[in-house]
Amino acid sequence: EAAKYEKKVMVLDFVKPTPQGSSWGLGGTCVNVGCIPKKLMHQAALLGQALQDARKFGWQFTEEVKHNWMTMTESVQNYIGSLNWGYRVALRDNKVTYENAYGEFVGPHTIKATNKRGVEKLYTAERFLIATGERPRYLGIPGDKEYCISSDDLFSLPYCPGKTLVVGASYVALECAGFLAGLGLDVTVMVRSILLRGFDQDMANKIGEYMKEHGVNFIREFVPIKVEQLEEGTPGRLKVTAKSTKGDQIIEGEYNTVLLAIGRDPCTRKIGLDKVGVNINEKTGKIPVSDEEQTNVPYIYAIGDILQDKLELTPVAIQAGRLLVRRLYAGATTKCDYVNVPTTVFTPLEYGACGYSEETAMEKFGEENIEVYHSHFWPLEWTVPSRDNNKCYAKIICNIQDNERVIGFHVLGPNAGEVTQGFAAAIKCGMTKEQLDNTVGIHPVCAEV
Amino acid sequence: GKNEYDLLVIGGGSGGLACAKEAAQFGRKVAVLDYVDPSPQGTTWGLGGTCVNVGCIPKKLMHQAALLGSALKDAPHYGWNIAHPVHHSWSVMAQAVQNYVKSLNWGHRVQLQDKKVKYLNMKGSFCDPHTVRGLTKAGKETIVTADNIVIATGGRPKYPTHIAGALQCGITSDDLFWLKESPGKTLTPFVFNVSLECAGFLTGIGLDTAVMMRSIPLRGFDQASMEHLTQMASLVTEHMESYGTKFLKRCFPTKVEKLESNRLQVTWKNADLGTEETDSFDTVMWAVGRAPDSKTLNLETVGVKTNSETGKIIVDASEATSVPHIYAIGDITEGRPELTPTAIAAGKLLAQRLCGHSSELMDYDSVPTTVFTPLEYGCVGLSEEAAVQRHGADNVEVFHAYYKPLEFTVAERDATQCYMKMVCLREREQRILGLHFIGPNAGEVIQGFALGIKCGATYPQLMKTVGIHPTCAEEVTKLHITKRSGLDATVTGC
Repeated sequence: EAAKYEKKVMVLDFVKPTPQGSSWGLGGTCVNVGCIPKKLMHQAALLGQALQDARKFGWQFTEEVKHNWMTMTESVQNYIGSLNWGYRVALRDNKVTYENAYGEFVGPHTIKATNKRGVEKLYTAERFLIATGERPRYLGIPGDKEYCISSDDLFSLPYCPGKTLVVGASYVALECAGFLAGLGLDVTVMVRSILLRGFDQDMANKIGEYMKEHGVNFIREFVPIKVEQLEEGTPGRLKVTAKSTKGDQIIEGEYNTVLLAIGRDPCTRKIGLDKVGVNINEKTGKIPVSDEEQTNVPYIYAIGDILQDKLELTPVAIQAGRLLVRRLYAGATTKCDYVNVPTTVFTPLEYGACGYSEETAMEKFGEENIEVYHSHFWPLEWTVPSRDNNKCYAKIICNIQDNERVIGFHVLGPNAGEVTQGFAAAIKCGMTKEQLDNTVGIHPVCAEV
Repeated sequence: GKNEYDLLVIGGGSGGLACAKEAAQFGRKVAVLDYVDPSPQGTTWGLGGTCVNVGCIPKKLMHQAALLGSALKDAPHYGWNIAHPVHHSWSVMAQAVQNYVKSLNWGHRVQLQDKKVKYLNMKGSFCDPHTVRGLTKAGKETIVTADNIVIATGGRPKYPTHIAGALQCGITSDDLFWLKESPGKTLTPFVFNVSLECAGFLTGIGLDTAVMMRSIPLRGFDQASMEHLTQMASLVTEHMESYGTKFLKRCFPTKVEKLESNRLQVTWKNADLGTEETDSFDTVMWAVGRAPDSKTLNLETVGVKTNSETGKIIVDASEATSVPHIYAIGDITEGRPELTPTAIAAGKLLAQRLCGHSSELMDYDSVPTTVFTPLEYGCVGLSEEAAVQRHGADNVEVFHAYYKPLEFTVAERDATQCYMKMVCLREREQRILGLHFIGPNAGEVIQGFALGIKCGATYPQLMKTVGIHPTCAEEVTKLHITKRSGLDATVTGC
């Protein structure tokens, strides 16, 4: 965006390989080890389900259908490669200088860029934008870095992960566990306490229930304390020892792969922020910024996952970045609107949401001031193959005192993202329950519910 | 004397049942007459109307079967090893669909019973403004009287009776969904969304299908704006052509004959080449529009006015006909969209008004719809042409984009026709007049935006809405290239 305003722009991008050695090209988390490969593998799992449905709709083919991990991963990686390439071309076309080097501040307005071979260069700039994002957190237990993998490794894993233990209950953990199970693998999720912290718990529990009923094992209220290797290989065999959070009980389990998905940490500790005086939250590593994405140092800005108290989402980061540049160079005043940002969790049963969860709504407005309308529904496409008839669910949360304005929207069902997007726009327009009731449904689709 | 019922509904379809059940909720004594005249081919069905039996429901299910066929083609790219080619069994699918429809017929009967609505499987006709004669299949007669009567008899497919052999040799959508055996090589003249949807799923399940069209496609879909549809309609049909459906453009059939093998020989004129051509098919499914089911109601006797051209019943904004206490809703009414959700909504509101619980009228503005062709087309609000006609080209801005669904990438599917456009007012707040989307799950995408448009959404508001990533719908929130600019509208990037 900045290049459009004829500013001289440079981008430094560098990926420190994971403990397992995985690395990737230009584009960041979303493109390489996040949204994109995740959705494609989720799609592969959905296709597995579609194959089963297809028989009920009259399609006839071999009884046994198996999934080939390598075929899928190769296709996905090829596509990502094309995106990496696309970004390099786009930067070039927009005359943005790109350096594949690790950047760190060394003094005011000065940054040192170190490339893969250790060659250092110094650059100065009028303004800086930090958008280094995050990397997966490790447990800090014996064997974690040596034997476990993270989402950074999963999408390019050169062998089928086999029987997998997913540690964590974040959306990353559940989405990965979900598609791995959908591809036919034996999957267990080890959860320390609750699922999807920060999300509407009613919906979170429904997601968990669905996954359980569809073959994902859950071990609740345990944390791993040790990971040992029983046998080397691709995959090998690992022994995991875990301790209960509620007592002294110890359990052991054997898996081919252990995937850690317990959270992500911002890449802010080793980029020289202390040299230029940028404040960070010492505990979390996140950078606090004003509502114009400015740090405490006037010429240094920050956007994306590293921001404190902001949503960790690609579209939010993109929006924030574009608006920031327009404010800096085009005299615009529009700030990034972080309110009512819609999201979707791509678990086997997808969950789309926008606005308040039921808990936060009750907390903020008081239980007596909110009304929750809800409904189970049975997607038409699930009838013929006799799929679950009471799992899909939608609810809206209204503020009684404000004309029954819709302040929360939650839907659990196929294509939740597609469904939720339009409702998010409507919520942005201040939609009330009455307006919702007056809008005619499209028939037959899930969204009409 | 006192009338037997508070409300009598003639027609047990989407509108009729919704109205009846709503009135019963308020404690009224309600009766429903529902009767299905067998099609010329002899097909008949149970309670529920067109949508449930020979419309939306079986259509979407068979569309799903076709989509699953595409999924089967995608699957190997995603690592699933299925031996190709795969085969499709019409009878397995048809039986599954028919069984589901029958369960809905049953469900409706149970619901009427639970709500204490009297259901009479009889064909109704008027004797006087408060009296209707019901006739069973066996010829038994019953007289029903009611304070208020709602006509919701819907419509039936038309036959092009001017084409020799049309009635004897062809079927319509009334028959297609109930066929026990595969329709085989099928021809569907002419083009309304019904024929495109059917031709679409028939192609998808592997049948040799051809659509014959005289002029432009989707003519019946939006009566108000024929020209506009050329852009969206041609994208939809372009996709179908690459999908495998044959299009016989600028052709019209002159006769259909039955062959010894029971196949059908169709002869047609090619308006472009000026030649006469012929080919044989297993099935010819006519899709020439629907006619209101009003002829046998005896409307003239009671003075209910109909449109002389279309035969549809003329109603005012409160669904009232020209005769007091007689109302009409759904496909049978003049000037209303032929859609299930509008019929249901109108039926419910009418019942609420009749029972004195509301004075709210049905709002027919900005009704979203979707055509379930292989590549679906969803829209809400004004077409580009209607907007230009109403406000002038200078006052209308059209934002558009060609996009590629993420799931198409690995599957190596062609996304040439995946397209969306938003029609806005140019002045001041840039209110959104219409939104059009071609792509997978178009219905799911459009529904929420329809709400936004109902709330008076503006272009800036939509741009402030953050996208959900990665979806197709998020591209709507990123629309920024205008048609006016002439710039390339292809979306690139993540």
